[in-house]
Amino acid sequence: MCLAVPGRVLAISEGPLLQRTAKVDFAGIRKEVSLACLPEAKPGDYVLVHVGIAISVIDESEARRVFDYLDGLEAEEDAPSQGEPGQA
Amino acid sequence: MKFRDEFRDPDAARRYAEAIGRAARRPWTLMEVCGGQTHAIVRFGIDQLLPENVSLVHGPGCPVCVTPVEYIDKAIEIAGRQDVVFCSFGDMLRVPGSEGSLLAARAGGADLRIVQSPLDALRIAKEEPGREVVFFAVGFETTAPANALAIHRAKTEGIGNFSALVSHVLVPPAMRAILSAPGNRIQAFLAAGHVCAIMGSEVYEPLARQFRVPIVVTGFEPLDILQGILMCVSQLEAGEARVENQYTRVVRSAGNLSAQDLIREVFQVVPRKWRGIGEIAESGFGLREAYLGFDAERRFGPVGRGAERPGPCISGLVLQGAKKPFECPAFGKACTPEHPLGVTMVSGEGACAAYYRYRNEAAGKSAAE
Repeated sequence: MCLAVPGRVLAISEGPLLQRTAKVDFAGIRKEVSLACLPEAKPGDYVLVHVGIAISVIDESEARRVFDYLDGLEAEEDAPSQGEPGQA
Repeated sequence: MKFRDEFRDPDAARRYAEAIGRAARRPWTLMEVCGGQTHAIVRFGIDQLLPENVSLVHGPGCPVCVTPVEYIDKAIEIAGRQDVVFCSFGDMLRVPGSEGSLLAARAGGADLRIVQSPLDALRIAKEEPGREVVFFAVGFETTAPANALAIHRAKTEGIGNFSALVSHVLVPPAMRAILSAPGNRIQAFLAAGHVCAIMGSEVYEPLARQFRVPIVVTGFEPLDILQGILMCVSQLEAGEARVENQYTRVVRSAGNLSAQDLIREVFQVVPRKWRGIGEIAESGFGLREAYLGFDAERRFGPVGRGAERPGPCISGLVLQGAKKPFECPAFGKACTPEHPLGVTMVSGEGACAAYYRYRNEAAGKSAAE
């Protein structure tokens, strides 16, 4: 029910805040979604869309964290010095 | 698809599972409170990758499952009116009421339309001004801004033939109820990532402090869930109980402030009954006074009292994480997705439906264990 799908903002239709919409590309399928709750979204941004409205801009710089955390953890475990496995 | 496929990498998943195996020195029980996560856990076999001492328990993470039977009955009653177009998300259609379902009502002639967004229902109301268009507004915090937007626009645009049957629920009060229950065995939570995208992660701080439980805001892909589990286990082993955010690419600590403003404009926090669980204080959203003109209960009469029919179904216990689907005598026998006895078998995100779809062959084996 809380499924949300990532897509890339292609273009924005300006208007009153609650009526702004964006054309979003979902891996080839294009849909019009509401930007009422995401006024900061810009063309080129990846946004997460749930039941027709964009709810979050995906932070691309954070997307690698799931891999960096694992790499950091394994590097710490391999290192001879003892340290708490923690936040990578 | 970008931002999806890379988080399903099998090699990284195996490395995460090994890291969890090394980190978990004692037995731990974790709960996820999101049907999307439950579905992913069972579909990708994440629970089967975990060491034996780390257990996942599936919580009441499916709004479809917890919508009280009396709301389903009211929906069926309203949908049956000649002057009504009843609009609903597709997963509500098979949910059993006291008698029948919305699907059966449609077979009986009701004008029932599946919509993917509440804004679609609003569009139908504009296109068919001569008919009453009623939207079944269910969901967690994730869905609340979209539902609030539709109701707000109906008011500002004067779409008088639109109304909403509201049965909105909130996640943190359900987590509090689970932690407060006698015999609670949940030691850490994976918090639902998209709920937190709206409300933020800060709202879980009081729960983490009061009940001394780690709460890790977690995404929906296999690697997200595995990292969330590892972060929970690492905290538990270190004796910590903090709110952490695994899903930083989507969730900001304060949440989505524009969405929260819209929710607050239209909704207020109210007590709600949860199907299979009972009433939980301050656990849902209802319409504010200024929007009661768009309340389907005002227009078509209040929701009555419903009663669950007695039977072998244990969906209430499954919803609370007290039982696994295999522990139900009806699972896969009297109860299947085609002929569901309980809501957890009906909804695609219900734990029973996920186990039936992905684990049914193993059912005999597990039941014999």
